[in-house]
Amino acid sequence: MAALHRQKRLSNALFALPYLVVFAALLAFPLGWGVYLSMQKADLFGLYGFIGTNNYVRVLNDPLFWQAVRVTLLFVATTVPVLVGLGLFLALALNRRTRGSAILRGAFFSSTVLSVTIVTLIWRFVFIPGDGLLSIGFEAMGWEPIGFLSTRGWSLFSVGIATVWWCLGLPMILILAALQQIPADLYEAAALDNASRWRMFSRITIPQISGTLILVAVIQIVMQFQLFGQAQLMTNGGPNGSSRPLVLYIYRTAFENWDVGRGAAASELLFLIILAAAMLQFWVTRRANR
Amino acid sequence: MSAEIDIRNLTKRYGGLTVLDDISLSIAAGEFVVFLGPSGCGKSTLLRMIAGLEDVDAGEIHLGGDRIDGLAPGKRGVAMVFQSYALYPHMSVRQNMAFGLENVGISKDEIERRCMDAAKVLEIDHLLDRKPQMLSGGQRQRVAIGRAIVKEPKAFLFDEPLSNLDAALRGRTRLELAQLHQRLGATMVFVTHDQIEAMTLADRIVIMHDKKIEQIGAPMEVYQRPATRFVAEFVGSPAMSILPAASVSAGTKGASIEVDGVGTIDSAIPLPEGFNADGASVGIRAEDTRPSDTGLPLTVQVVERLGDRTLLYGRLPNGSDLVAQDLGRTTVQAGDEVRIAVDPSAVHLFDGTGRAFHAPEEA
Repeated sequence: MAALHRQKRLSNALFALPYLVVFAALLAFPLGWGVYLSMQKADLFGLYGFIGTNNYVRVLNDPLFWQAVRVTLLFVATTVPVLVGLGLFLALALNRRTRGSAILRGAFFSSTVLSVTIVTLIWRFVFIPGDGLLSIGFEAMGWEPIGFLSTRGWSLFSVGIATVWWCLGLPMILILAALQQIPADLYEAAALDNASRWRMFSRITIPQISGTLILVAVIQIVMQFQLFGQAQLMTNGGPNGSSRPLVLYIYRTAFENWDVGRGAAASELLFLIILAAAMLQFWVTRRANR
Repeated sequence: MSAEIDIRNLTKRYGGLTVLDDISLSIAAGEFVVFLGPSGCGKSTLLRMIAGLEDVDAGEIHLGGDRIDGLAPGKRGVAMVFQSYALYPHMSVRQNMAFGLENVGISKDEIERRCMDAAKVLEIDHLLDRKPQMLSGGQRQRVAIGRAIVKEPKAFLFDEPLSNLDAALRGRTRLELAQLHQRLGATMVFVTHDQIEAMTLADRIVIMHDKKIEQIGAPMEVYQRPATRFVAEFVGSPAMSILPAASVSAGTKGASIEVDGVGTIDSAIPLPEGFNADGASVGIRAEDTRPSDTGLPLTVQVVERLGDRTLLYGRLPNGSDLVAQDLGRTTVQAGDEVRIAVDPSAVHLFDGTGRAFHAPEEA
């Protein structure tokens, strides 16, 4: 009996094994390895010994790191509210059973499946000076063209626009799914309760989907802190680092300046920042809901 | 506060499908009316049209003399209790009750007073700060009723509000609803497919079937003098037994009904002139039968002992099923053959179209 039980438990564990192997190899081990690396003097050829918190000290004393932190925070603080707000707006607008709204849902979601290369290529066509769509438009109107990708301020803005366009599908679909979970009789009860459209939205819809809104916000915070591809391909972090986010800073440090140890230390700091931001968001909205 | 409801020539279609066809009905102020019928008969649709949750395709609805079918649901002066209760899950009991009052700009003090009054009547005053998910089914039910009461509506609409409760609670809530009606004296319209709810609660029952009203009447009237064969079979438990009539002729006291292979029932029903016996049938309720030495021969198939009485489900020689009633301590067993006497003054005669005929009421 006991042997049979043990055998059964063993076969149960076997089912979990493939995932556990992948989890250990691709998540747990790199996480530990990253921490280990961040305390080593290391380049792309190898490790040269333990140096304690030296890498962290150097990162924290690097003005470029703090510039990247500021850029990233600004980017997250602007794109995440826009993504949640616009996602909510689209979900509300498309929450009906018509063919037109089904087509539009597909259209808005389709950008999500594109790779970052395609996305940046499309938006370069829009923003690039000279032959870009906006540039042509500005010239036709007789306005002075703006160097969207090469002007301080505009460059991060342009990256933000491309990012919102790329990432909007997921918030929209998640919020749409939440909207469709709201029982229709709540709205009927509210109609009998003389609730205006605004009261229905603010007192029924929003509270009913608040869980999903928090989820969407946390997902987007975690994702947008990891901004990399768009910034590298559209502006290469320029001009003068004004659109260089943390991940691009890490990439430069580790793979262009060959300082893998310092790059790993910056990665760990980014990890802590994301964790703190997500927890803060979660905590704040939880409190607000109570 | 309570007002009469007047429904005139109401029709409802979904695309090409007609679900209510030319319905007219008057409900007096303070009356408790139950819409009773099988699933899909349109009773809930009719209620939702009064509430304003369904559009009216033709006809008019008046409440307290005012035409309301063009008004938004909240402007009609009705309150509704939903089958699912439809409580706002993120609001406390107090907020659930107050929401409708806040929307029309009633003062805070007045809202608090009404909520407390309703909560006391419904014995939920200790639950006011809880959210719906912390309440039992019965408590949610009360909150849903409370939400209706605080609005002080001209009419209450109930859409199968008891169907999510367990049997014991359903019985108790039924009683409480009846008391509430007496206390408030409000016009109440109640939809159900449960005939016991209909019989116990209603001043008048509206029996609906196949897009139409089959009969409107007081509970005992509907039970004892059903207007149609459908009503006869639908109301009452166990269901009325229906036997095919081979011929109907004038007897000494009334119609003499010949049932094929079974015998003749000499009823007290005055035979209407020009009665067409084609497809006619006779209906017998179990309580109008008793075992005797003479009568219809019944082969008992199932014996259902209810304690105070016993129901005998059996088959007659012509193949028709019949339910008969016997004493609680009967010794009849399944497989026995018994003879069943029928009270001739209590049988019902139906013509081929389903129209019913009854013996005159005893003075």
